[in-house]
Amino acid sequence: MTASIDIATVWAFIIAFAVFVYVVMDGFDLGLGILFPLFPAKADRDVIMNSVAPVWDGNETWLVLGGGGLMAAFPLAYAVLIPALYTPVVAMLIGLIFRGVAFEFRWRTTQTTRNRWDIAFAGGSWLAALAQGIALGAILQGVHVEGRHYAGGWWDWLTPFSILTGLSVTIGYALLGVTWLVLKTEGELREQAYSTSWYLLFAMLGAIGAVSIATPFLHIQYAHRWFTWPNVILTAPVPLAVAIVTVLLLRSLAEKKDSQPFFLTLVLFALSYAGLGISMYPFIVPQSITIWQAASPENSQIFMLFGVAVLIPLILGYTGWAYWVFRGKVRPGSGYH
Amino acid sequence: MFEGWDAVVLARAQFAFTMSFHIVFPAFSIGLASYLAVLEALWLATGREVFINLFNYWLKIFAIAFGMGVVSGIVMSYQFGTNWSAFADKTGPVVGPLMAYEVLTAFFLEAGFLGVMLFGLERVGHKLHFLATLMVAIGTLISAFWILSANSWMQTPAGYAVNADGQFVAADWLKVIFNPSFPYRLVHMVLAAYLTTALVVGAVGAFHLLRDSHLAGARVMFSMAMWMATLVAPIQILAGDQHGLNTLEHQPVKIMAMEGHFESHPDGAPLILFGLPDEQAAKVKYAVEIPKMGSLILKHAPDAPLAGLDTVPRENWPPVPITFWSFRIMVGLGFLMFALGLLSAWGRWRGFLFEWRLLHLFAIAMGPAGFVAVLAGWITTETGRQPFTVYGLLRTADSASPLAMPAVGSSLLAFIVVYFVVYAAGLTYLFRLMAQPPHPGEQGPSKETPTRTAGITPAAGVVAEGAAR
Repeated sequence: MTASIDIATVWAFIIAFAVFVYVVMDGFDLGLGILFPLFPAKADRDVIMNSVAPVWDGNETWLVLGGGGLMAAFPLAYAVLIPALYTPVVAMLIGLIFRGVAFEFRWRTTQTTRNRWDIAFAGGSWLAALAQGIALGAILQGVHVEGRHYAGGWWDWLTPFSILTGLSVTIGYALLGVTWLVLKTEGELREQAYSTSWYLLFAMLGAIGAVSIATPFLHIQYAHRWFTWPNVILTAPVPLAVAIVTVLLLRSLAEKKDSQPFFLTLVLFALSYAGLGISMYPFIVPQSITIWQAASPENSQIFMLFGVAVLIPLILGYTGWAYWVFRGKVRPGSGYH
Repeated sequence: MFEGWDAVVLARAQFAFTMSFHIVFPAFSIGLASYLAVLEALWLATGREVFINLFNYWLKIFAIAFGMGVVSGIVMSYQFGTNWSAFADKTGPVVGPLMAYEVLTAFFLEAGFLGVMLFGLERVGHKLHFLATLMVAIGTLISAFWILSANSWMQTPAGYAVNADGQFVAADWLKVIFNPSFPYRLVHMVLAAYLTTALVVGAVGAFHLLRDSHLAGARVMFSMAMWMATLVAPIQILAGDQHGLNTLEHQPVKIMAMEGHFESHPDGAPLILFGLPDEQAAKVKYAVEIPKMGSLILKHAPDAPLAGLDTVPRENWPPVPITFWSFRIMVGLGFLMFALGLLSAWGRWRGFLFEWRLLHLFAIAMGPAGFVAVLAGWITTETGRQPFTVYGLLRTADSASPLAMPAVGSSLLAFIVVYFVVYAAGLTYLFRLMAQPPHPGEQGPSKETPTRTAGITPAAGVVAEGAAR
C-alpha cells in the first residue's frame, strides 16, 4: 500500500506539472489575444501573431496532457470535476476553437481593414482565460459530490469568488503576454509593451492579494493550512518570495532589461501556483476526494510512469529546440514573408 | 427544442456531431503529412523544382487542415468528462493511459515539429527541415495507433479485470493494446486516410488539368494520386473484408445489423444489396438479395448457417437502419474508388492520363468520396456497437454524466453554431487555395494576392526562398 501512496503522489505532481506548463505556455499565448484590443494597428498585430505562431500548437498540447493525464491517473477526479465545471469547460473549448483557427484564418481572409479573425482571436482568448480562471475558483470552493458522481447543478460554479479568480487569471495571462512582447519585439511596440506592463503588474499584485485574502474564508481547512504552527514555517516563505520577485520585476521594468520581465513573471506564476498547491494538497477535489481516493490502480499509473519518465524530458528537449530555432526579436515583415 | 429527448440521446448526438467534424481532419492530415514527406524527399533526392512547388502548395492547405484538426481534437479529449463522466470513471484506468500515450508520443511530436515544418526551412536547413516534416508525418501515424487501440478496446475488450469500485483495470497491457480488432481497424483506417488524401489531391490535380493539361504541377499530383488509387483501393477492399470477418468473430450482432439479417439462415444467408430495414417488423422491406451470397462472403461457404437478430434480445440490438445504410454507402464508395484506380491505370497505360477529360471529371466528383466513406465507416462501426460503450460490458445509458437535459442541449447547440461558422470559413479558405493552380516557382501566397502584402503564411515563402538557393 505504501508503494501505491507514493505513486499517486508522484502522479499528482506530474499532473500539476503538466497543468503548470500549460498555464504559463498557453498563458502568454492567450495573453497576446487578451491584449489585442490595445494594439489595433495591423502591422503590430502581425508581429504579435508571428511571435507565437510557430509554437502555439505545442503550448496547447499541454492542456490535452493535463486533461488526458487526469482521466488516466485520477479517473474519479476527472469524472467529478469536468461535469462540475461543465459550462466553463465548454466555454473554454469554444474560445480555444476561435482563437486557434485565427492563427491560420487571419492570413487567408480577403478583408483588408478590419479582420474578423482578429476579433475571434481576441474574443476567444478572453473567453478561454476567463473560463480557466473561473474553473480554478470553482475547484477551490469545492463541488457537491455524492458517491462517485458530481451531484450539483450546472451553474454551481458561478460565485463572486469564481468571478474573482476568472478576472485574476485573465490579468495574469495578460501580464505574461505583455512581458513576452517586451522580450520578442522592438521599437514602438516594445515601448508600448513596457508601459502596459506596469499597469498589468499592479493589477496582478492586486489580484494575488485579493485571492489570497478570500481563499482562507472559503474553508476553515485552508486557513488552518496557512496560519497554524508549524505549517507557517512552510507557508510563510511563499508571500515573502512573492515580495522579492515583485521588487526584481519592478526593477527590470524600470531598467528596461528585455530578457527579464517575462521570466520573472513566470516565477510569480510558479509561486502563486505553489500557493494553490499548498491550499489543496492532498485533495484533488477540495474537501471531498483525496489523490489516493481518486487514483487509478497502481498498474495503470506505473504503466504510464515509464512513458512519462522517458518522453517528458524528450518533449521538453525538442520543444526547447523549437523555441530556440525561433529565438530573438520578431521584426515587422521578417519571418513572415 | 429538444423536448422528448433525454440527456443521453443528446450526449450521443453531441459526441457524434463533434466526432464527425473532427475525424475528417485527422483522416486528411495523416495522408497529407505523409504526402508532404514524400514530396520533400523527392525534392531533396532529385532537386526537381516541381516537387518543392507542390510541397509549398500543399503545405499551405495542410496548415489550415491541421489547425482545424487540433482545435476540434481538444474538444474530443474533454467530451469524455463533460458528457460521459461515468464512462471516464469506469474505463479511465484502461482507456486513459492509451490516450495519455497518444498525447506523449504523438501530439507533442506533431506540435513540436510543426512550427519548424511550417516556418523553419530557412532557419534550420534542408536536412533538419526534412526531419521535422518526417516527425510530423510519423506523429500522425503514432496518433492513429493509440486512438485506434483505445477505440478497438471498446469494441473488443481484452486483457482487463474489474475492481471493487466497478472500474475496468488492466490485467495485461499487451492484450489491452493489441486487442482482437485493433490490427484490422488500424490497417483499415490508415489506408482510408491515404485514400482520402489521394482523392483530394487527385481531384485538385484533375481540376487544374481540365484548364491546362500541360501544367507540370497538376500532372505530377494527379499522377501520384492515381497511383495511390490504383494500388491502395484494391488493398483497402481486401483489408475491409478481413476486418468484416474479424467483426463477425467478435461482434456478430454488428454484422447482423450491417447485413440486415433479422432472421437466422440455417442453410446459407443471402446478401441483401438494398432494402428498407424495419426494426418494428424485424424484416427488410423491398429487399433485393442474392441467395447464399452472404454466407459465401462471411463464411466462404454458400450453405454455411448464419444467425440473425432473432437470436438476440431486442434491448441489445444496435439501430439497424443506420448501420445497414452507412455500411452500404462506405462499400459503394470503396468500389467507385477501385473503378477510378482501374480507369486511371488504363489511361496511363494508353498514354492519355492527362488528356482524358471524362476521367478528370470522375476524379473531381470523387474528391470528397474519401471523407464520406470514412464517416460512413465510422458510423457503421460505432452505431453497430450500440447499445454499449464497452462492447457487451458497459451500456451507453450507464456511461453518461449525471447532467440535466438543458446543460447537454445548450452545449450541443453551442457546438453546432460554432462549428458551422468556423468550418464554413475554413472550407472556404481551403477551396480558395485549391482553386489556385500550382504555379511553377510557387512562392507562397504573398506574391499571388496583392491584398496580403504583409505576409501571409510565411511558411511557404520561406520554404520557397530556401528552395531557390
